[in-house]
Amino acid sequence: MSHSAVADTNVPHAHHGWSGLVHDWSTDQKAFKNVPWGKAMMWIFLLSDTFIFGCFLLSYMTVRMSTLDQWPNPSKVFALHIGGQEIPLILIAIMTFVLISSSGTMALAVKYGYQKDRVKTAILMILTAILGATFVGMQAFEWTKLIMEGVRPWGNPWGAPQFGSTFFMITGFHGTHVTIGVIFLFIMARKVLRGDFDVERKGFFTSRKGRYEIVETTGLYWHFVDLVWVFIFAFFYLW
Amino acid sequence: MAHAETQQAPVHHAQSHHAQGQQHPIGIYLWIWGLLFVLSFFSYLVDYFHLHGMLRWSLILLFMILKAGLIVAVFMHMAWERLALIYAILVPPVLLLVFVALMTLESDYTFLIREEFFGIGR
Repeated sequence: MSHSAVADTNVPHAHHGWSGLVHDWSTDQKAFKNVPWGKAMMWIFLLSDTFIFGCFLLSYMTVRMSTLDQWPNPSKVFALHIGGQEIPLILIAIMTFVLISSSGTMALAVKYGYQKDRVKTAILMILTAILGATFVGMQAFEWTKLIMEGVRPWGNPWGAPQFGSTFFMITGFHGTHVTIGVIFLFIMARKVLRGDFDVERKGFFTSRKGRYEIVETTGLYWHFVDLVWVFIFAFFYLW
Repeated sequence: MAHAETQQAPVHHAQSHHAQGQQHPIGIYLWIWGLLFVLSFFSYLVDYFHLHGMLRWSLILLFMILKAGLIVAVFMHMAWERLALIYAILVPPVLLLVFVALMTLESDYTFLIREEFFGIGR
């Protein structure tokens, strides 16, 4: 097995357009040439997650289109009283900005990771995790507020009863993703700070050599969480 | 079968070669970050100014697609990946649009039936 290892030390250049695509897929080796396996697997996982969130948003669309009752106006439901004035959707807007900020810090963390700048990468990842935790905290506040006002999965004071079930399902599932991302980020930030990826220390579960690529893979997951929020924000809160 | 055996070994070499992957100037990240803030602000304004009807929906979709595109292309580095990966990941979700069309028909039908049977007296 090992005698043939010489062949693939450098990645073949990509051909342009469709012929490049066909070439990569038909080489009888790995189809994703300059992508480490962990990153390719993360992309495929994210693809499956896309379908899960897609189905959630679709079922939301279906119940909203088929109900005879008035759909509660999210602009009013998610308004907050600040300084004696009612500002529509303000909490959700702040949550959106917090999540986008965290996506920016994550992108920079990936960049500094590939430059092997240990401290900057770790600080940016921790900052990303803190922003993510802030987001989850605000979501907990939002849930508490709505539950106090009488929103349940089977009904609410303002109209179509399906509002509650879709709201808790979609935002709950997204919040779970953010929470898992925060935990993941703290674990990876610790590894970065300890220098695991500089000495290629083996992973606890996987026993594979740790590399800075894992920062990008973590980043892919984090950006995906932000990406899903873009769609939830548009379809659930703004529509 | 001989091919199947030879494909396992090179992975090791190929990976260490990739440790330098996806290096881009910091400016592009900051620029996209700023754009995302601006686009989010615009989509919030859509609600703030109570736009409605076709204008509201098309603006919501426009800002949503622009934001999603920027995140996938730059932050997730899709713009610099090979077509083999881009198409494998980005083409399948298009099928969701077929699902959207199906469920639109289905919910219109449900709505009509409900109106027929429960709508009297509303």
